[in-house]
Amino acid sequence: MKEIIKTEKLTFDYTVYDENGDETDKNRVLTDISLDIEEGSFTAVLGHNGSGKSTLAKHFNGILLPTDGRVLVDGIDTSDESRIYDIRQTVGMVFQNPDNQIVATVVEEDVAFALENLGVEPKEIRRRVDEALKTVDMYEYRKHAPHQLSGGQKQRVAIAGIIAMRPRCIVMDEPTAMLDPKGRKEIMATVKTLNRDYGITVVMITHYMDEAAKADRVIVIDKGNILLDGTPKQIFSNVELLKSVGLDVPQATELMYELKKSGLDVPDDIIDENECAEYIYSLFCADDKEQ
Amino acid sequence: MNVIELKGLTHKYSIGTPFESVAVDNVDLTIEKGEFCGIIGHTGSGKSTLIQHLNGLIKPTQGQVLIDGKDIWDKSVNIRDIRFKVGLVFQYSEYQLFEETVYKDIAYGPKNMGCEGEELDKRVREAAEEMGLDEELLERSPFDLSGGQKRRVALAGVIAMKPEILILDEPAAGLDPIGRENVLSRISEYHKKHGTTILLVSHSMEDIVKYAQKVLVMNKGKVFCHDETDRVFARQDEITEIGLDVPQITKIMMLLRQKGVDLGQDIYTVERAKERILRYMDNKGTVC
Amino acid sequence: MLKDITIGQYFPGESIIHRLDSRFKIILDIAYVVMLFMAGNFYSLAMAGVFMLIIYMLSRISFRLIFKSLRPIMPVIVFTCLLNLFFIQGESEPLVRLGFISIYMEGATTSVFMAVRIIFLIIGMSVLTYTTSPIELTDAIERLLSPLKVLRFPVHELAMMMTIALRFIPTLIEETDKIMSAQKARGANLDTGGLVKKAKALIPVLIPLFVSAFKRASELALAMECRCYKGGDGRTRMKQLKWGMRDIVAVFVMGVMIAVIVLLNISIPIFGL
Repeated sequence: MKEIIKTEKLTFDYTVYDENGDETDKNRVLTDISLDIEEGSFTAVLGHNGSGKSTLAKHFNGILLPTDGRVLVDGIDTSDESRIYDIRQTVGMVFQNPDNQIVATVVEEDVAFALENLGVEPKEIRRRVDEALKTVDMYEYRKHAPHQLSGGQKQRVAIAGIIAMRPRCIVMDEPTAMLDPKGRKEIMATVKTLNRDYGITVVMITHYMDEAAKADRVIVIDKGNILLDGTPKQIFSNVELLKSVGLDVPQATELMYELKKSGLDVPDDIIDENECAEYIYSLFCADDKEQ
Repeated sequence: MNVIELKGLTHKYSIGTPFESVAVDNVDLTIEKGEFCGIIGHTGSGKSTLIQHLNGLIKPTQGQVLIDGKDIWDKSVNIRDIRFKVGLVFQYSEYQLFEETVYKDIAYGPKNMGCEGEELDKRVREAAEEMGLDEELLERSPFDLSGGQKRRVALAGVIAMKPEILILDEPAAGLDPIGRENVLSRISEYHKKHGTTILLVSHSMEDIVKYAQKVLVMNKGKVFCHDETDRVFARQDEITEIGLDVPQITKIMMLLRQKGVDLGQDIYTVERAKERILRYMDNKGTVC
Repeated sequence: MLKDITIGQYFPGESIIHRLDSRFKIILDIAYVVMLFMAGNFYSLAMAGVFMLIIYMLSRISFRLIFKSLRPIMPVIVFTCLLNLFFIQGESEPLVRLGFISIYMEGATTSVFMAVRIIFLIIGMSVLTYTTSPIELTDAIERLLSPLKVLRFPVHELAMMMTIALRFIPTLIEETDKIMSAQKARGANLDTGGLVKKAKALIPVLIPLFVSAFKRASELALAMECRCYKGGDGRTRMKQLKWGMRDIVAVFVMGVMIAVIVLLNISIPIFGL
């Protein structure tokens, strides 16, 4: 498979300046990060606050440029200013606070915003706006004002505003952090649809484990480095390590881990409820047969 | 002793317009002194409106709010005194920070109470310590702190008023696991140390079962149930039916029950689940 | 509660007035104002009034709203009335003489005339805001002013700012409400005390509000950049304003009205009561 985003030894320093413009402090946020995001994949980037995960995300469409190393989006170096709009169109970005991403006073006008900026034909805009709204299941709200919507609905409008550009990849920076459980579910369902049915590559920054469990690949960032990289099952088996960097594991995994500690022979790739219930059930049955 | 008592509390928004809606619908409720009660419910279930009645920020359309047995809207009661007695910390409470230093911000509430001098200094430092804020942070600007620290400064600002009742609306919302743990465990310690009555609103069942002794479930403006955590979770099927989440571990136990293995209806923590599974294996259940 | 404040005065509807092209509505409204000032006597003024009444009926907006839109402007009307009443001197004998103040017939007539004219003016303006959504208005203003771009007048930027302001007013109102509640919960006394005390008490509300507004602004700017915003150049719009038959009819009707007013002015002398 082809990679849509590629970072090569990406290093980023956050420099603090005083009033005179002199450098006063320099913090290394990301160190030597090399990774490929495959086209069509769903990747979760995990890490606690301040781990550098959001900074990494902002490199994926040229909002931030690396201090050292480089980032390629579909083969284009993000530092190439002349192609910045190609990059932004290829990799769309959704942020944490849905309120602060919506520009217009009517839902459909907001979804049209990016296309208007790109100078797309009015008829084509109309078509793509309707399509985008239907994709996120917000078509019936197209005439509403943003402040009449719930958090989850607003975030879906923000997503529609991005997918109207027909990006090949969407990077989401903690899109569910400010939502209630219902809103979180709505967003996760939308993300799944985008990835599975529309083949859009998704990179999702999060600190919710249950969300990461739904991805194909999980990357754990700690102190600006890649700590772990693998499938959710591979990642969540490192219970101790994850806890040591301030992350939680799903309760199902934790239960399996605890049972293992008390001497049971437990496979360490159980991450969801069904597998977990299935395993416990088999445990009881096996036990009985031995008798 | 009942420290909070609601009698037929009803609140309607936009009365007399086509948008009229009932947020809280004829609620009777009593909260005992020293209780640590978790409040759960959907967005729009009326829980936010309910808690804002308890310190008089919202006036009931109908019904009464009694704090320590006295109607807070009685003419003899000064509503500001009620606000000092019933501390309320809002969701994303870091928005309330405004002073130049953390110290001054924490001092804002107690100062409004008329507290000054040594007493004020003592209260500020104690509250900061209880929320795990280092001495050296006190002279910093609250706007330079991390998200979790800001949240704890906001909490300290309310705790410094030494309220008898502390109401927290999603104190851990938006924080990462370390931040959550840091805020919630400190609230729990504060409760143990001072015996303050605490009402904790949260969307996270896992958090509520970890810290609360009682749970209040709100649904469509009414009290769905208010009872000991064990007994509330014994009704997990009904809770799932009104669309609320139960902890993942409880879901696993529900799945097992469907397969014919019942480990008990009161399992909502990993420790308890482990204990029951191991016991079940020792007793050699006969299910297959 | 602050939340109850409605922004703008738009009342959605499907009437013919609602569906008129918003650019034409603005132009026709200006024409209407000009017409009102051309109306030199009570007959032509009454004619303009009847015209407005018909427009109101066509827009199917409740008549109560007329009075609602007049209420805030009432002091201005009363003030103008009194000014005209007391300070216009006529040639005939004064009607009333009260110490140094005398009221003449001319003064009384002019003052009534002025009051009626202002009332018609306000009603006419509010038909525009009642039947056109703020976004349509912004849009129309941007398009009407677009020739000024040649003069380097920042038309697009102005319209963008108006849109963002309209978008964020409800959000910021809600936020103000929330911050006020949070500070009240910390014992802030926002309602009592003198002016200075009140202003001081607002600091704990204003600072968080500004901090949050700046944060929102910078996040919004970032989100706009991610959606390829690069100013007004080369921008297209989803909604194309097209003028149709009904707009042409509206312009025709307006033309006829102005002609009628002019005729009435000529055939009947000023203040020909």
